Amino acid sequence: MVRVAVGVKRVIDYAVKIRVKPDGSGVVKDSVKHSMNPFCEIAVEEAVRLKEKKIAKEIVAFTIGPKQSAETLRTALAMGCDRGVHVNVDQAQLDALTPLQISKMAAKIAETEAADLLLMGKLAIDGDYGQTAAMTAAILDWPQATNLYSLQHNGDSATVEREIDGGLETNEIKTPAVLSVDLRINQPRYATLPNIMKAKKKKVKAVKPADLGVDVAPTLNVIKVAEPPVRAAGEIVEDVDTLISKLKDAGRI
Amino acid sequence: MLRSILGKSLRAIPKRAESEAVGAWGEIYGPEHLQMQDSLRKIIEQDINPNVPEWEKAGIYPAHEVMKKLGSAGFLGTSHPEEYGGMGLDYSYTVAVSETLGEIKCGGIPMSIGVQFEMATPALGKFGSETVCEEFLRPSIAGDKVACLGVSEVHAGSDVAQIKTTAKSDGDDYIINGQKMWITNGIQADWCCLLANTSDGPVHKSKSLICVPMDLPGVIRAKKIEKIGMWSSDTAQLWFEDVRVPKKYIIGEEGSGFIYQMIQFQQERIFAMASAISGLENCINETINYTRERQAFGKSVLDNQYIHFQLAELQTEVELLRALLYRVTAMYVNGEDATKLASMGKLKTGRLIREVADKCLQMWGGMGYTLENPVSQQFRDGRLASVGGGADEIMLQIICKLMDILPKGTKLV
Repeated sequence: MVRVAVGVKRVIDYAVKIRVKPDGSGVVKDSVKHSMNPFCEIAVEEAVRLKEKKIAKEIVAFTIGPKQSAETLRTALAMGCDRGVHVNVDQAQLDALTPLQISKMAAKIAETEAADLLLMGKLAIDGDYGQTAAMTAAILDWPQATNLYSLQHNGDSATVEREIDGGLETNEIKTPAVLSVDLRINQPRYATLPNIMKAKKKKVKAVKPADLGVDVAPTLNVIKVAEPPVRAAGEIVEDVDTLISKLKDAGRI
Repeated sequence: MLRSILGKSLRAIPKRAESEAVGAWGEIYGPEHLQMQDSLRKIIEQDINPNVPEWEKAGIYPAHEVMKKLGSAGFLGTSHPEEYGGMGLDYSYTVAVSETLGEIKCGGIPMSIGVQFEMATPALGKFGSETVCEEFLRPSIAGDKVACLGVSEVHAGSDVAQIKTTAKSDGDDYIINGQKMWITNGIQADWCCLLANTSDGPVHKSKSLICVPMDLPGVIRAKKIEKIGMWSSDTAQLWFEDVRVPKKYIIGEEGSGFIYQMIQFQQERIFAMASAISGLENCINETINYTRERQAFGKSVLDNQYIHFQLAELQTEVELLRALLYRVTAMYVNGEDATKLASMGKLKTGRLIREVADKCLQMWGGMGYTLENPVSQQFRDGRLASVGGGADEIMLQIICKLMDILPKGTKLV
């Protein structure tokens, strides 16, 4: 049986209408609802299912974030993870971290926690980078499979279907491996009240980035954040010829 | 008086640990409450809200299905005893559930669920023998059996002491005769927490609470009442004709039913407060969104001072109600008598829902008068709050009594 490590991130809730700060330095986060990144929820669910199928013996959830990220970790524990690791960075540091720095931390955690499988969401809905899983695999020198639609763990290997443009690609990869999940692989469970209460007693280890040998000094400087331009009204034309001539006039074709 | 009765309850009332002391004026929810609310919200968003329009049209919702889902997740027994499947948590958890239920996009379903865990079962949890708790409380907490509360009658709503349903002793049984009116869940319920006269004598010592299975011979679901709102909640008129029930199905002591019901009423009132708040806020927010988009006379409707000032006034009132809710909850958690504040909160809830719905509907104009609109939903569903669960006039009487301003010699029942 394997030990699974699953990464979770606290992000602005998907249903919130995002507002850019007036000074353009970022988005408004104060007093805005945050929750677990939806793809991380799906990753946790996949990990818990591995445990229910008796493939996984233990699930370690980890997060990198400020003290509020502890709640996100507790949700993972309430969904069925066994213990947690919380890498403490403040919100400003978190906002400045790049996928490379995160990947280095994730790789180190996979090593120190002796994980046989590392699961994550395919991307986080704030940064939208979609790079962490692949980078972590490269750092660990582990096989990787991203954007999973299905996962079948076979002991020293795994058969996966990946969502790609145009359909599904089936791969067989050796394990240990880094896997990232896509939307349709499962429907995450909600934590029941008894499990929420039980999660209070599960252990969470507090860690600093320095303990993982990672420098969190910013390597990326965000110059400006702005809303996309307001979409101009469209125009309905009578026929294809008119459409073509209008597009030519506008220099589009 | 309540304290001495509660002192006689069979089970300890769950208290919060010393280390998590509740400040009477502060926020009462910790991380577990918020997590629990998130989970409940998911069930509401995935399994309940998408079906609300259909269930409203059908005039009924599948109570057994929904109760089972909620029961399996632990939401129907937050403060109920652990021996019977409850979580044994302090009352703030129950209030957190009630508040989140208010996010259901109609009034009928939260009301129905409220009956299940806050109106028909508290007395059972506090005073019920092992027999009744196994038979009725355990399956209600699990969501396997749907409960209803049988107190009101055609001629006795606010005047509870005047109910005429009798439960006459016959050997080891009671024979029940009478009728009940306005019974939420009455069409679907498996059992009824019934208030009946078990003896003659002074009106608040002659009554008992009895658990009555609804499939017994003589229990007739006489009529499903058509209402102006709360459509997805089935409301029934029930008849009881020589219904034979074993005496062991009584809750607590014979003759104490009236007092037990008064205690159940406190939770009913707190539930009314808690479950109203989300709907009120949602109504105001939807109205803000609508009036921001809607153009009239060269500007958005929201840009008129009359409109945005009114919305600010309404939101202020909602925050005041929320603050009162948390204060009442803190008192209840600390084992204090919250009757005065709970009655004030219930009074305010009924009146504020009417005010918010009415003013917001006006801001929506013609659209507000259509059926597929959150404001008209609130207008219809919310009107009940001033009437049911303790009419405004009864709340006023209670508050006056506790302020000691009723005319001398007033006999209040």
